Amino acid sequence: MTTTTETYRPPPLPSLFATTTPPPTLLTQGAEAHLYKTVFLDASTPAALKIRPSKPYRHPILDRRLTRQRVLHEARCLVKLIREGVNVPAVLAMDWEGQNGESGQGGSWILMEWIDGAPVRVALERWEAWLAKNKGLAEQNTPQYQEGTTRVRDLLRRVGQTVGALHKAGVIHGDLTTSNLMLRPWKADAEVALEAGECPSVDGDIVLIDFGLAGQSASDEDRAVDLYVLERAFGSTHPRTEPLFPEVLQGYRESYKGAAGALKKLEEVRMRGRKRSMLG
Amino acid sequence: MASLETLHISHLPASLPVHVALYRDVQNAPFLRQQLLSGNKDFEYALIDASVVFSRTHALVAVFRAVNDYLNNRLKSRNVHSEIVFSLSPANNIADSFRKFGLTDSTKDLLIIKVSLTPDITHESVEAHLQEHIQGTPVPFDDEILSTIRDVAKIKKVYKLGSLPSSTTKEANGTLSDGDRQLEKCLLGAIALRGAT
Repeated sequence: MTTTTETYRPPPLPSLFATTTPPPTLLTQGAEAHLYKTVFLDASTPAALKIRPSKPYRHPILDRRLTRQRVLHEARCLVKLIREGVNVPAVLAMDWEGQNGESGQGGSWILMEWIDGAPVRVALERWEAWLAKNKGLAEQNTPQYQEGTTRVRDLLRRVGQTVGALHKAGVIHGDLTTSNLMLRPWKADAEVALEAGECPSVDGDIVLIDFGLAGQSASDEDRAVDLYVLERAFGSTHPRTEPLFPEVLQGYRESYKGAAGALKKLEEVRMRGRKRSMLG
Repeated sequence: MASLETLHISHLPASLPVHVALYRDVQNAPFLRQQLLSGNKDFEYALIDASVVFSRTHALVAVFRAVNDYLNNRLKSRNVHSEIVFSLSPANNIADSFRKFGLTDSTKDLLIIKVSLTPDITHESVEAHLQEHIQGTPVPFDDEILSTIRDVAKIKKVYKLGSLPSSTTKEANGTLSDGDRQLEKCLLGAIALRGAT
């Protein structure tokens, strides 16, 4: 057993959310931002609140400029993608000033549309766990196994199509992993059937989230790196699904005109890795 | 008659309730506009031409932004009520935003919003004042009625969203179609990002 001497305390919320009842619940935190679940306008509309707290070790002016730049960049990407019809959370409200109240505490924030469902990572983990538990089915290639595989293939196609739509709109995600791809179920009750030993559902729309590292680019190089990062993520997170990864690329290939160029570049990126040639 | 709706918007201080009323066939728009121009304190409302209001959410998001800017002492216009009208606009020109979203002499459908900045402004006081001075038919502030008032072509033009696919299909029971939902999300994004440099 480990003994924790101190429980983690997230930085104080921006003043606007400090009195919200019930208080926003912390979902995850990264180096740059904290993600909360809360509501918007009325108590029945869920929303995601992404806060970039101010960093006390930075000079205040630099700190404000950096957070402001990053939060705006992320919001602009999302708004552009909504306009282009790509599946991403809508921006509901934001504050890029990040200097709330006298304390100067808080930080800039974006309130975003809440996306139902679970990350593709979770869906694939469930599928792989089911596979591991039902080895016999796979070996005998039963109809149940075949149907499951077909559905996972479809899922991967949809992933490829969604990334294609993103690239078509001229945006690069910058951190494509299966955690940043949400699977929004078509039917609200998709959580069932797990215990019954049935194959877990992988039905749903793919929605891209977390544009904290996104950028605008239409170059094959940048697109190829996006795909490469996703490919590597599959390899390390979903070893049993990795053999099906070509389905992602197939979905991507069919999704927009310039896809072939990016896929060709991908072969080059695979040979050398994510970073461009560094000579000298 | 219960035409005035009083609501608390999530995250905004409980001490700042928001009163909203929607009127159709307004007869005295020039009089109301005159009160605004002369700065009559009794008529400190956000008076919005309802034809450019897409949905309930669209209007409330503008209120949310204006009140947040008010709380942070960042108002660009005279007060929180003019700021609500300005907040609807995707552009930074205040006079222009009043022309496009505010009440004009020919306004027939009018959305009225009042934020209680002081405790003496109550649901009852606002209701009585509106009843006395607005010559029009009060209707509920909901998406179904707004969808019969709104001018989608005009809204798209103001927000420069002409290229969005237009949905002609009307969904039953007042829910938004996919195209409507996309348009609404674009409006919210434009409001949130206004003034970003």
